[in-house]
Formats: sequence, structure tokens, C-alpha cells
Amino acid sequence: MKIPLLKLAHARSGDKGDTANVGIIALKPEYYEILKEKVTVEKVKAHYGDMVKGKIERFEMPNIGAINFLLHNALGGGGTLTLKHDAQGKTYSTSFLRMEIEVDDNLQID
Amino acid sequence: MKKYIRIASGQGYWGDRFDAPLDQVKEGPIDYLVMDYLAEVTMSIMQKQKSRDPNLGYAKDFIPLMKQLLPLLVEKKVKLITNAGGVNPVGCMIAVRNIAEQMGYSGLKIAAVYGDDILNQLDPLIASGNEMKNMETGEPLQKIRRTVSSANVYFGARPVVKALEQGAQIIVTGRVTDTGISLAPMIHEFGWEWDDWNKLAAGVIGGHINECGAQASGGNFLAGWKEVPRMERIGFPIVEAYPDGSLIITKHESLGGLVSERTVKEQLVYELGNPAEYITPDVVADFTSIRLEQEAENRVRVYDIKGYPDTEFYKVSISYFDGYTCIGQLTYAWPEALEKAQKADDIIRKRIEYLGLTFDDIHTEYLGYNACHGSTAPPIKDPNEVVFLIGVRGHDKQMMQKFANEIVPLVLTGPPTVTGFGGGRPRVRDVIAYWPALLKKDTVSPKVLTIEVV
Repeated sequence: MKIPLLKLAHARSGDKGDTANVGIIALKPEYYEILKEKVTVEKVKAHYGDMVKGKIERFEMPNIGAINFLLHNALGGGGTLTLKHDAQGKTYSTSFLRMEIEVDDNLQID
Repeated sequence: MKKYIRIASGQGYWGDRFDAPLDQVKEGPIDYLVMDYLAEVTMSIMQKQKSRDPNLGYAKDFIPLMKQLLPLLVEKKVKLITNAGGVNPVGCMIAVRNIAEQMGYSGLKIAAVYGDDILNQLDPLIASGNEMKNMETGEPLQKIRRTVSSANVYFGARPVVKALEQGAQIIVTGRVTDTGISLAPMIHEFGWEWDDWNKLAAGVIGGHINECGAQASGGNFLAGWKEVPRMERIGFPIVEAYPDGSLIITKHESLGGLVSERTVKEQLVYELGNPAEYITPDVVADFTSIRLEQEAENRVRVYDIKGYPDTEFYKVSISYFDGYTCIGQLTYAWPEALEKAQKADDIIRKRIEYLGLTFDDIHTEYLGYNACHGSTAPPIKDPNEVVFLIGVRGHDKQMMQKFANEIVPLVLTGPPTVTGFGGGRPRVRDVIAYWPALLKKDTVSPKVLTIEVV
């Protein structure tokens, strides 16, 4: 079945210049393996399309069940240059969690 | 040596909830209060204020706050460390001293940490081969040298530790890192060595958890914001630090908020780059080593932290003038609100062309439709209202003003059922851009001045 990441993870996002960072965190320890397998750079690239103009970096943090993503050139110039309403990328956390992933039909979800 | 010390966050940024620091001192035991005031843009504003009046250039509202805070700090023997000093820490220290004198706190020691402001040393630094290349673009600072409005080195915990050693109870600094102001008390109290990388990294991670105020204790908490108690009196985080480099993240029980593994994890990933290399002036901290454990309600243990030697560079925060922005907005109501807003966008863009205006960037968003989530948001059928936002960026102020004049006329000349123009013409704003660079550590040295109230 297909489910949005929102069912498996929480997240927080912020900015560093024109780069948005999104840290996605497994809601249960067993979900981390699913995130690790399914949420690839290619998948994130396809999800955001033109919204992210630069490269995407991905860093695993198994110690806290999280993956940190850096979305380069995603904030319209960033900082004080940007014309975007969400200048600091604060809402990238939940746009990220809209991503749909394929999981086992028997997966237990609260 | 104390068994542990409690370091409380009083402010996540300049403009945060004003009574949070007062509550942190009043509502339970703490040893240190740390308050972060500085962002890149802030330094530029403060530099402008200092150029008009050499006594200014620090966070002005820190002084009235100190009138309320100082009696509490003295009574409870709490030490305060803050970077409210901005581009004039000595001036800030003197202003605090004046208040303390009026209130009769003789014997109180106040310190200023400075030497981070290198605005007047830029030319000699460049001349002696420090290019201060932009870390993102690789261009040398010389390219924008004429438009620079502030330049500050990020110092770490070292000068703050020195001020603590001199017996200061109140320490106002210039550009000291947000993490350094939490790390310094741990080094001072526990006598940690400057090459005990794991412990220094623990202090930095404690600082990262403290630096955004309530963001670690239930604010902006995605995984359960509805369950956070009493957000109207949210308790800011407290880092209880132990000599072995482990931490307990907690808050005062009498206040609202929530400290859980989840709230701490969300703050850990906030504004994070490569988690294995969190670079600070004192140590490179490894966020992939951190272990968390909920020890009791509102108490999360953070331990097993690893760190690595610091680099040979300071980061430098340079701000410079880089043109203007102007963002106009109008609200369109049902029916066909989105179509009306899109028509307005089409008209404005044709007017820009007709008037011969050129800009570096033109950007349109439809607030209430997909301004936040862009193409990841599903379409909404016939929304009740849509806010049309159109912004431009450029370097020609006259063209910017002509654009600003084009928004309100749409009310009578464009699509119907439009409102939300109460503010009149949108403002043309200066862009103060940010130039991140590196500077060899041996080219600048921090200074500490401690004075005693008579």
C-alpha cells in the first residue's frame, strides 16, 4: 500500500543560506529501516521537482532514527534575498512528509 | 566540584517571549541563564546604530530587561551569559553597570567579551592575504568590500570561560556562538581540558538544544503539538550538565511545555548540516553519536557524545548591502479566487514590461493555496479566498518604487472582490545579505574586560 511519510515520521526544517535542511525522524524505532530504504535522494528529487534547484544531500542518523536532508538552492536565494513567503524553509518539514511511499500491506500504523 | 549545574535557556532569538528569562530564574533552581540575541542581520542593524551614536550598537531592550532581571539574579546567585553586546559589548557592559550602581549592587562583577568585530580591520586583513572567500560561491570578499556593513568573527567558549574565571556574574559578549555560551559554564565548573573533545562536544550539543529556546521543550513541535501543556507559559529548556559529559534536558515543573525524546530529537536536527561534523570554534561535535533516553517525565538523558579536534579557522559573519526587495499583496475572495489572483499576476507582469522595469527576480505566490508547499500541495477546488503575493528584487531604487506603486491600482482596475490593501503601497526594503567566510584563528584574538560595581 501507499502511505504518506507523515504516518511514519515527524520532522523539523530550517535554513542555512539558500539551503533548506529537513530532518525526518522515525515515529517508532522499526520505521527507521523503512525510511532508510525508501527515502532516497532520487525519491526526494522527484518529490520536489523544480522547488529544489541544487543538489540534495542525505545523512543517516541511526542513533536517533533520523535522516537529515540538505536541499540546496531551495529558498529563492535564501536569507534576506528571498522573495518567498516561507523565507526560512520552516514548512519544508511537512511538505517533505507529504511524500508517498510504498510499504508492506501488513505494516502496523497507529 | 558541583555534582551538576543547571544552565537555562532564556531566549531563542532577539524578540522571543520577554518573560521567559524571568520565569527561568524565578520558578526553580538554576545556576546559569544563557540568552541568544544575535543573527546576521542584527549585527548590521547594530553597526548602523553605533555609527549614529558610539554608545549604542547592542540589544537596546536588554537594558530594561536587566532592571527586572538583575535583582533576581543577585538574590538567587545566578550567572547570566548573553551575546546581547552585539557590536558594542563594552558599551552594553557600561549600561548594565549603570543600572547595577543605581540599584546598589556594589561588588557585582560584570564582564564584556569583545574583539570579534573586525569591520575596521578588513582592509589590512585582506592586504595580508586573508581573502575571506564566500563559503558558498568561492568569491573573494574584495568583490563586495565597499558594501560591507558589519564583519564579526564567531568566538567560542574560551573568552567566556576567562570572564567566569575573573569572577563575573554578568557576561555580555559580541559574536560568541549560540552553543559557546552554554558550553562555557561546563568548562569553568568541571575543569574540562581544551582537548577533552568528547566533553566539549557534549557541551556544544547542550548549547544546540538550548539555543532556540522553547523549540526543545514543546514549541514548534510537530509530533504532538496538541498535547503540549500550557503553551501560554511554556517552560524554556534547562540543560542539567554533569562532569562526565552527560546531560539531562528538562524544564521547570511549574511551567508549561514538554520535554520528551521527540521534542529533543526535533531540536537536534534543526538547522543541521552534516551531522557527523558539527563545526564550532571549540570542537567538532558528532551528532551521530548522541544517545537519548527518557529518564522521567520531562527529563531526557543525552549521553555517549563524541567530538573531534577543532579546525584552524574561525567562521566570519559578514553582512553587506545588496539592493532592494519589495513584496506586494492583495486578497481575492470566492468565487474563482485563484483565477482572479492569477489574472492579477498576469496584469502586474505585463505592467512591469510595459513600464520597462527590470529586476533580478520576480516571484509570485498564492497564499492559502500553495505558498508554503508549492508543487507538493494538491490542488484545492475553488478556495474561499486567496492572497496574491508578488515580490521583486533589484538594485535600481526608482524601479523598485515604480513597482510598489503598481499594486494598489489593481483594486479599481483589475479583477473583482479584492481587498486587503489597507497598508497602502508596499515598502521597498534594503537587502542586507550575508557573506559567510573563514579566517585563520591566529589573526584575531578575543578580549575580556571585567569591572566591579562600586
